[in-house]
Amino acid sequence: MTTLNSRIPEGPIKDKWTLYKDKINLVNPANKRNIDIIVIGTGLAGGSAAATLAELGYSVKAFAYQDSPRRAHSIAAQGGINASKNYMGDGDSNYRLFYDTVKGGDYRSREANVYRLAEVSGNIIDQCVAQGVPFARDYGGLLDNRSFGGVLVSRTFYAKGQTGQQLLLGAYSAMNRQIARGKIEMFNRHEMLDVVKIDGKARGIIARDLITGEIERHSAHAVVIATGGYGNVYFLSTNAMGSNATAAWKIHKKGAFFANPCFTQIHPTCIPRSGDYQSKLTLMSESLRNDGRIWVPAKIEDAQAIQQKKLKPIQIAEENRDYFLERRYPAFGNLVPRDVASRAAKERCDAGFGVNATGEAVYLDFAAAIKRYGTEQAKIHGINNASTEKITELGAAVIEEKYGNLFQMYEKIIDENPYKTPMMIYPATHYTMGGVWVDYNLMTTVPGLYCIGEANFSDHGANRLGASALMQGLADGYFVLPYTIGDYLADDIRTGKIKIDSPEFDEAEKSVKDQLNFFINNKGTHTVDYYHKRLGQVMWDKVGMARNEKGLKEAITEIQEIREDFWKNVKVPGSLNEFNQELEKAGRVADFLELGELFAKDALEREESCGGHFREEHITDDGEAKRDDANFAYVAAWEYTGKPSEAILHKEQLEFKDIELKTRSYK
Amino acid sequence: MNLTLKIWRQKGPQDKGRMVEYKVTDISEHMSFLEMMDVLNESLVAKDEEPIAFDHDCREGICGMCSLQINGEAHGPDRGITTCQLHMRMFKDGDTIYIEPFRANAFPVIKDLVVDRMAFERIQQAGGYISVNTSGNTQDANSIPISKHNADLSMDAASCIGCGACVASCKNSSAMLFVAAKVSQFALLPQGKVEAKDRVKNMVMQMDLEGFGNCTNTGACEIECPKGISIENIARLNREYLAATI
Amino acid sequence: MSGFLSSSIARKVAMALSALFLIIFLLIHLTVNITSLFSENVFNELSHFMGTNFLVQFLMQPILIFGVVFHFVMGFVLELKNKQARSVKYVKYNGAANATWMSRNMIYSGLVILAFITLHFIDFWFPEMNYKYIEVLPEDPTRYFEELQHKFTNPLRVGAYVIAFVLLALHLLHGFQSAFQSIGLNKYTNCVKSLGKIYAVAIPAGFIIIALFHYFNH
Repeated sequence: MTTLNSRIPEGPIKDKWTLYKDKINLVNPANKRNIDIIVIGTGLAGGSAAATLAELGYSVKAFAYQDSPRRAHSIAAQGGINASKNYMGDGDSNYRLFYDTVKGGDYRSREANVYRLAEVSGNIIDQCVAQGVPFARDYGGLLDNRSFGGVLVSRTFYAKGQTGQQLLLGAYSAMNRQIARGKIEMFNRHEMLDVVKIDGKARGIIARDLITGEIERHSAHAVVIATGGYGNVYFLSTNAMGSNATAAWKIHKKGAFFANPCFTQIHPTCIPRSGDYQSKLTLMSESLRNDGRIWVPAKIEDAQAIQQKKLKPIQIAEENRDYFLERRYPAFGNLVPRDVASRAAKERCDAGFGVNATGEAVYLDFAAAIKRYGTEQAKIHGINNASTEKITELGAAVIEEKYGNLFQMYEKIIDENPYKTPMMIYPATHYTMGGVWVDYNLMTTVPGLYCIGEANFSDHGANRLGASALMQGLADGYFVLPYTIGDYLADDIRTGKIKIDSPEFDEAEKSVKDQLNFFINNKGTHTVDYYHKRLGQVMWDKVGMARNEKGLKEAITEIQEIREDFWKNVKVPGSLNEFNQELEKAGRVADFLELGELFAKDALEREESCGGHFREEHITDDGEAKRDDANFAYVAAWEYTGKPSEAILHKEQLEFKDIELKTRSYK
Repeated sequence: MNLTLKIWRQKGPQDKGRMVEYKVTDISEHMSFLEMMDVLNESLVAKDEEPIAFDHDCREGICGMCSLQINGEAHGPDRGITTCQLHMRMFKDGDTIYIEPFRANAFPVIKDLVVDRMAFERIQQAGGYISVNTSGNTQDANSIPISKHNADLSMDAASCIGCGACVASCKNSSAMLFVAAKVSQFALLPQGKVEAKDRVKNMVMQMDLEGFGNCTNTGACEIECPKGISIENIARLNREYLAATI
Repeated sequence: MSGFLSSSIARKVAMALSALFLIIFLLIHLTVNITSLFSENVFNELSHFMGTNFLVQFLMQPILIFGVVFHFVMGFVLELKNKQARSVKYVKYNGAANATWMSRNMIYSGLVILAFITLHFIDFWFPEMNYKYIEVLPEDPTRYFEELQHKFTNPLRVGAYVIAFVLLALHLLHGFQSAFQSIGLNKYTNCVKSLGKIYAVAIPAGFIIIALFHYFNH
C-alpha cells in the first residue's frame, strides 16, 4: 500500500513557504525552453498557470473544450475575491484569513496549504491590478472592499457582480500575451481523453479535436490538470453545461488518488427548477437572506393548493405561514449558514410543503422588509399617517437600491415580480471541495502530474467560504505551481523531447478510440441525457444535502445499475470524425457514472457530519452536524483498482498545530 | 405552445447549408430558448436524426459561448440578455421562429449553428493585454489611485463577453464594438496607458485583416449587446487610433 | 488602398471629414440662395462674387469637387467592402429592430443625392462653366437671379428637387452625428445629436422652400 506523503515542509507555519522556496530546485532559463508542459483547462487556475509557466520560459501547450479560454466557468463567479491586504485597517492578517478558511472548512483542510494560500492572497490583488482588472474603487481612487459570508473583516475585492469574469479575463489576457509570443500553443475546442504514463511518470495526453474529431497525441515533461469541479454529477447544478470531471477521473484511473469526493457545497438560494426540461440552475446572491424571510405554508392543504396554482402566497394569512428557519433556529433565523439553510428547506419540501409545481421550492419573502424600510423612510422624510401604498413604495425603493439587479434577473427567469409576490428559491449544487489528492507541491500521486484549482481537494476542507474559490484558483496558478513544478522538472533537463510513438501512447490512444467507437456503434435506445438525469436524481435524493447509511447503500446499487444500463443501451448519433456534441457528452457522463459511485462510497465511509457532508446518523441533540475529530480528522484519498466499489482508501491524517480544533456553533 | 422552427442546418464548413423546418409541441413558456432546443434535439435523437449543433455553456449569460440569430436579431428579441437567458414567453403559440448562426465571413460556420470565432481570439492576441509579468513582484495594488469614474467606465467596457452579437447584428459585420471595449478598458487605466498606442494600432490592424466590415455608426451593436456596452467606446477607439497614428 | 487609408478607422475618419466639409459647404450654399427670397440684388451680388472670385473659383471649387467625389467614391468602396464581409446573407434579418432606416440606407439616400447632383450640374454648373470659360461671354452681374428663377418653372424638376432634398435630410439625420462619432467626438453626444437633427431638417427645408418659392412666384 502506498503511503501518502503530503511533503509539508518543516518549520513554523509562517515561514514554511518562504524557506521552502529558498531551497527548491530551479531550472536554468536556457533549459526551460526545452521543457514542455501541458495544461488542461484554462479557467482561473489553468489560465494563470499557463501564462506564468510560459513567462518563465517553459514551452506550454494549453487545452480548453470551449472555443476560448475566456469561456471557462470561473467567469460566472459573482461576489469577489478574498485577500488579507488589511486595506480597511480592520485587523485583517494572513493568520486571520488562514484561520477563517480552516474553521470555515470545518477543520478538514491541510494547515500548511491554507496558510500559503493566505500568504500569497495579497499578491494576487497586486498582480490583477497591474494587468488591468478594473476592481471597484472608492472616491479617493483606492480599492474598495466588501464584507462577505460571516467573517469579521472586510477583505473581499470585487468588480461589480462580475469579479470572476474580470479575473478570468486578466488571466486570459496574460495568456494571450504568451500566445502572441509563441510561448503558449493554445488548443481550443480540444478535450483531453486520457493521460499517458511512461515509466510511472505523466508524459503526455490523448486529446480529441472537437471540430474534426481527430485523436491527437501530445507529449510533455509534466501535465497539469485544472479542469474544475464535478458538480455536474448531479445533472442540475450551477456549473456550466460542459463542466465535467473527465480529465480528473481519467487521471484517477491512471493512479492519481481522488480525495474527499463527498465534500460538496449546496447553495441555498438558487432559482428553483420549473420542469423536467430544466437544464441548469442559476444562483442568486446569498446576500438576499439579509432581508428576505423564508417560509412555507403551515398547512399541507394550503401547500397543495399553491402547487396546483389554486392559491397565491399573498392569500395565506400570517398565522398559517411556517417561517421554519426562524422557528428552528431562533438565534440565527434566516441567516443560518448555507448548509443548515439548505437542509431545512429540503426537509420541508420532502414533507410536502414545497411551493411550486414541482414541490421543490420555498418562499423568500421581502414583504416584511419592504414594510420595515418603508415605515423607516416615511419617518425620516417626516411623512405622517403614510398610506400602506406609500410605505410599500418607499420600502420597495430601498430594496431595489440594494438588490435591484438580482430582482430583475429573477423576473427574467421566473416572470414574477418579486416586489409583489415572494421569490421562490431552492438549494442547488454549487462547488466541490473534494477532488484529486495533491501534496504540498500540488502534485498528485502520479509523478509529473499536477492538479490545481477546484479540481484538487486541497484548501477548503469540508466547506468553502464565499470569495475563496477565485483566490485559490489564482494562487495555485500564478504563485504556487510555477515554483513547485520547477522542483520536479529540474531532473528532466536532460530527458529531451518525449516521443509520441511509444507503446504507452499507442495503448492510451487505442483505449480512447475503443470507447469512442463503442458509443457510435452501440445504437442503443436512450440518449446520454436520459442517463445523466437518472444519475442526477439518485445523487440528489440519496447523496444530496442529507445522507444516511441506507440511502447511500441504495445509491451505490442504483448507480451501478444505471451504469450497466448505460453501457448496454446508450445511443449516440452521428459519427466520430465530426463535430459531435452528443459524443462529447457520452464520455463525460460515463465518467460521472463512476465518480458518482465513489462519491456515495466516500459519503458512506465518512461516519460523521462535517461541512457540506451531513450524515443523519451523526447529529447533536438539537439536530446540528456532529463532527468526529477522533476518528475522521483525515483526508480520504481513494485509489482506483478497476471499479469504484473496489477503490482502496488511504488516509492522510490532518494535524492541527496552529489552530485549535473546535465545534462550529451557530447558536 | 406549438411552434414552427426554421433552422439553419449545415453538415460542415464545406457544406452549402439550408433552412430546415421543424415542429415542436407542448413547449412551456417557462423554458429557456436553449431548453426548447434541448427538447427538440432529444426528439431528433429519438428519431435517429442528427441533433442540431449549437454553442452554449454557462447558461447564465456570462460565458459568451451561446450565439444564434433568432428572428433576425442577435440573441433574439429581448434586450440585455444572451440567447441562454431568453425565455419562451417572449413568443406566442403558433409562431414561426427563424434560427440562424451568427453570420460574417470572419465567423465561418463549423456546423449547423456553431460558428468559429477565432478571429476574436487573434484580435485579443494582437494586443488585448498589459505587458506585465505575473511574477508577483508587482507594486502594491493601491500605489496608483485611479478615479472611481474611470474605474467604473473601464469596468463597463470590460464587461464584454466576446459573444459576437455586435458583429452578427451589424449590417456591415463590423467588430468595432468588441475591439473598442478592450481598447477602452485599458485606455481608461493608468496601467494600460504605457503601451496604448501600440495596442490600438495592432488590434485594429488584426481586426481589418480578419475581414470584418467597416463601422457606419448604425448603433445596432449597442442595442443588441447583451451587456449593453455603449458605442461611446467606439468613439474612444477612434480617438485612440487617431492619436496613435497621427 | 495604401498608406493611411488602408485601415478601416482611417477610412471612416476620411469619410467623416469629407462629410463635415460638405456640411459646411451646404450651409454656405443655403445662405447665398436664401437671399433670393428677399432681395434679387443681394443674391446677384453674392453670386457674382462667388462666380468670379479667384480663390473661390480656383481653390475652393476644386477642393469642393474633390470632396464630393471623394465622399461618393469612398462611400461606394466602403459599402462594397461591407457587403463582402457577409457573403452568406441571413434568411431573416430584422435590421429595423436595432437601427434607424436612415443609418441602414445611407447608400440609397446617397445615390439619390448623386443623381440630384448630376441634375444640378446639368442645370447650373455646366451652363456656368460654358458661359465663363468656353464661350467666354461678358460677365453680367445681374444675370444670376433670372437664371435661378428660370430653372424652377418646370414642376417635374421642382418635384425632383424636393424629393432629393427629403433624401438629403434623411442622409444628414444619420450622417451629421455619425461624422462626429467617427472622428471620436461623441463626448458631446446629446448636443451633437440635437444640432444634427436641426441641421438635417433645416438645411434641406431651406432649399425646398427656395425651389417652391420661385416656382410659385415667377
